[in-house]
Amino acid sequence: MTPSSQARRTLVVVGHGMVGHRLVELAVEKGLTDTWDVVVHAGEALPAYDRVGLSSFFRGTTADELCLVTDGFFDHAALDLRLSDPVVSVDVDTRTVTAASGRVTGYDALVLATGSTAFVPPLPGATGPGRFVYRTLDDLERIQAASVGRRTGAVVGGGLLGLEAADALRSLGLETTVVEFAPRLMPVQVDEAGGQALRRLVEDLGVAVRTSSVTQVIETTDAGLRMVFSDGDPLDVDLVVFSAGIRPDDALARAAGLMTAERGGVLVDDACAASAPDVYAVGECASAAGRCWGLVAPGYDQAAVVVDRLRGGGRAFTGADLSTKLKLMGIDVASFGDAHAETPGALELVWADPVAGVYKKLVVSDDARTLLGGMLVGDASAYPVLRPLVGAQIPGNPADLVLPERGVAPVGIGAAALPPTAQVCSCRDVTKAQICAAVSEGGCRDLRAVKACTGAGTVCGSCVGLVNDLVTTELDVLGVVVSNALCEHFDLSRAELFEVVRVKGLATWSAVLAEHGRGRGCDICKPTVASILASIDGQYVLDGERGGLQDTNDHMLANMQKDGTYSVVPRIPGGEVTPGNLIVIGQVAQDFGLYTKITGGQRIDLFGARVEQLPLIWKRLVDAGMESGHAYGKSLRTVKSCVGQTWCRFGVQDSTSLAIELELRYRGLRSPHKVKMAVSGCARECAEARSKDFGVIATENGWNLYVGGNGGFRPRHADLFLQDVDTETVVRTIDRVLMLYVFTADRLQRTAPWVEAMEGGIEHLRAVVMDDSLGLCAELDAAMVRHVATYSDEWADTLADPERLARFTSFVNAPDVADPSIAFVQERGQIRPARPDEKPLVAGPTLPVRHLDRIVEGVRA
Amino acid sequence: MTQWRSICPAARLPVERGVAALVDGEQVAVFRTSDDRLHAVSNHDPFSGAMVISRGIVGSRGERHTVASPVFKQVFDLETGQCLDDPAVSLVVHLVRVHDGVVEVALEAQALSA
Ligand code: SRM
Ligand SMILES: Cc1cc2nc3c(=O)[nH]c(=O)nc-3n(C[C@H](O)[C@H](O)[C@H](O)COP(=O)(O)OP(=O)(O)OC[C@H]3O[C@@H](n4cnc5c(N)ncnc54)[C@H](O)[C@@H]3O)c2cc1C
Ligand code: SF4
Ligand code: FES
Repeated sequence: MTPSSQARRTLVVVGHGMVGHRLVELAVEKGLTDTWDVVVHAGEALPAYDRVGLSSFFRGTTADELCLVTDGFFDHAALDLRLSDPVVSVDVDTRTVTAASGRVTGYDALVLATGSTAFVPPLPGATGPGRFVYRTLDDLERIQAASVGRRTGAVVGGGLLGLEAADALRSLGLETTVVEFAPRLMPVQVDEAGGQALRRLVEDLGVAVRTSSVTQVIETTDAGLRMVFSDGDPLDVDLVVFSAGIRPDDALARAAGLMTAERGGVLVDDACAASAPDVYAVGECASAAGRCWGLVAPGYDQAAVVVDRLRGGGRAFTGADLSTKLKLMGIDVASFGDAHAETPGALELVWADPVAGVYKKLVVSDDARTLLGGMLVGDASAYPVLRPLVGAQIPGNPADLVLPERGVAPVGIGAAALPPTAQVCSCRDVTKAQICAAVSEGGCRDLRAVKACTGAGTVCGSCVGLVNDLVTTELDVLGVVVSNALCEHFDLSRAELFEVVRVKGLATWSAVLAEHGRGRGCDICKPTVASILASIDGQYVLDGERGGLQDTNDHMLANMQKDGTYSVVPRIPGGEVTPGNLIVIGQVAQDFGLYTKITGGQRIDLFGARVEQLPLIWKRLVDAGMESGHAYGKSLRTVKSCVGQTWCRFGVQDSTSLAIELELRYRGLRSPHKVKMAVSGCARECAEARSKDFGVIATENGWNLYVGGNGGFRPRHADLFLQDVDTETVVRTIDRVLMLYVFTADRLQRTAPWVEAMEGGIEHLRAVVMDDSLGLCAELDAAMVRHVATYSDEWADTLADPERLARFTSFVNAPDVADPSIAFVQERGQIRPARPDEKPLVAGPTLPVRHLDRIVEGVRA
Repeated sequence: MTQWRSICPAARLPVERGVAALVDGEQVAVFRTSDDRLHAVSNHDPFSGAMVISRGIVGSRGERHTVASPVFKQVFDLETGQCLDDPAVSLVVHLVRVHDGVVEVALEAQALSA
């Protein structure tokens, strides 16, 4: 060993969960790793993942996406992560830990971050097949596997986690019952009235609720499991998930002789130090400031305390905010501060609307001037603003904070009214001042940058709206104009332009330019306006002024290649092609000498056509009952299919027919960017539907619909949007989402970033198209009906009109001459463009390249 | 002497779009802009090497009349041929006029020797 490495000290971290990992991150961030080596023993096989976001696993989020470790993080020389190697004993005298593998490691400091385990009530029949807990990715995978082909499930525990678990079972297609021992759901967070409102919301989701129900025994029957209660009828289910609380995992500490708290948890002081020298405990395994904190934010705070202490600092953990927000599809519940009005003299302001399922309560000080806490059921939109106000003076009338007609964030309590010290993100402990500084001093110019720089909004996400408001306000203060102008000719964004064109009924480029633009346009705004006009009225894309607006490809109704020739991609809806049509395509390719290739989108691309050959090629296709296809244009490309139920032994629905139906329905629709779809006949997913803007995957009971997928530059799996729906619902929903995308996306924004940037995310999108929350559905439907009704084969339309055909010549003064600059050579029995050194000497730029301002003057007509 | 070559009737030129013409073996891109001005530049796109400038989108940048290459989208000043995205590159500019209702082009080389 070199002297310098001898001088280094070793920190051993036991447990690579959310808090353990945060501690390692902080050790690197704060420079602790300059002098310390950090050895991390992980009990699980996967590195730390986002347990808070665990339930999203059932909505299609992968283990990879949940991973908290950034690429290459553990390449750091001072870090050593040992996966699947739990520590089995700690010896505080010899200062060593022993792992399951037998490996012994000495420590200069030890941090226990073993988290907690799910509590399973000690009742007969609580363990065995069909019984699960809800804590790790493994647990979720097991539940998912066990749910296949099953019908019913129950969750024991109606708290925050129990409801999340119930929602998960429901999303797996199980009829679900929540069994709660207390008289109401989420008894810790809400009061009796709030519990009633919550119950109705949960039942509306289709989840049955049994409160005041004590499970006595779980029997195994022939059909599955039978839950027997102290009163009431027994319940027969296929599987049971326990979510009845957590127990700090302090077994190692007990065995090592460390002091533990009465109700469990490694007892630590405000430095998070345990009862033996240089041993610390953080996260859910620790009992700090008098209790175990079952939330991630206090754990992160404790991690920061330990790192600070190891660096010689004096940071202390003295307690934390227990505010929580339920993360359930469609149900808003939040509770914060002194929600149960335990402060002496506290007053409660209550507002309830049983019809709308809304219940709100604010707890204020006896003089009604200081906000102490509150609970929000059914509409928690004010939560991010209210939570940081706890302990602060209420600006104005407290009633303004709850009464809905005065707005979600009434004047005076918006982002601007928060004091600089207000903690905006409780998960990562980020204050308003830090967020504003990231903008004003750190140079951050958008939400994404502020999240990356401060960490705010990166854990549970409930503060994101507020962070965004702060960023916008701060940019405003700085006078930074966040421009979303299309280009120098239009101050409006594409979405704004779409809206005004649609509402005012503008039908020509001149009108749009005159009313909203300046100058003469350019290659950015012209095609954008052309696309908007086409989306709205579906007229032939080349008539009148519109021809001049189109990108080269749309202008020639084919794809330009590097040498100025074009490719033609006959439409092959759903990838299904008759032998006859296949022969026609082959014949055309042969007759015109075109290079032929199978595309990545299940069709055949014919390359090397000159401008004047295009109409001749289309005519051959049209005569054979085909059409050329959009491989150009910001429009629908292909709907890939797999062979599906018709032939495949695994297929459960007719994926090919649906793919063809979708391709024929949406072909030709001009959109902000290209749109791709695919339909798979079963979960094996041979059509790769989840990498498409719209993906449909067959299930036993119908179809699952996914939206917002992307291959390409930044691949993204599509989000699960609907489950087990029929064909009609799939089509109607795609109609609406697709039209909403056409109405509101930015120029060249694919659906993936569009969904990601959407405020309120996929839930909002679902509300808009399924519940008509914006009252837009009728309009979206009408727009799609119009598109379908007005679709017309633009290649056939061109052939039918000599005037339209006139543009398809290489030279205006020599219509019969083929472009002499185009040259091909043979490769593998087909043509390819000649490289410059292979080209025969043809007409080219033989003249010197320079400016001619001098002679141009006066000569020009 | 400037050698004017007839190209096509003026009415054959689309507004705000270009056409290609073959003039003494040279490919020329001819444009008519919405203010009824004519421009003629080489059809050769110096960035891609393809003969495609006539198929670009015309427009304006500030006060200048422009065309964008359809291949890699560089923008050129139609008046001077100058590439506005890369000052080291220019298109050859030719002379163009309407004479008796017919569009005529004179190649830069011939104009120079005049
Ligand atoms: C022909 C084809 C390659 C092939 O030989 O297989 C192809 C060719 C081109 N692709 Fe592609 N893409 C082709 C399938 C794909 C696929 C696979 C698929 O569709 O299943 C993808 C990934 C899936 C996706 O889009 O999410 C794909 C992702 C891209 C992208 C990146 C998009 C992104 O969101 O990051 C571009 C660039 C763009 O559009 O801005 C692109 C752009 C292009 C362009 C238009 C580039 C250009 O401007 O010249 C190519 C011209 C096509 C032509 O005929 O002139 N191509 N391209 C495929 C045509 C499929 C078809 O039948 O329509
Ligand atoms: C479904 C779900 C939803 C949740 N939602 C929220 C929420 O919305 N907001 C919120 O604040 N909190 C939420 N939580 C709680 C939050 O996830 C925890 O507070 C947080 O994960 C605690 O972090 P931790 O590191 O202490 O424990 P954990 O994340 O549990 O990590 C402990 C790790 O230590 C490992 N380990 C245990 N013993 C050993 C050993 N002997 N050797 C090595 N490794 C060992 C374990 O395998 C585990 O990986 C949720 C939890 C769940 C399960
Ligand atoms: S991957 Fe690139 S080179 Fe290949 S076809 Fe697509 S865009 Fe062209
Ligand atoms: S409050 Fe949870 S991420 Fe900000």
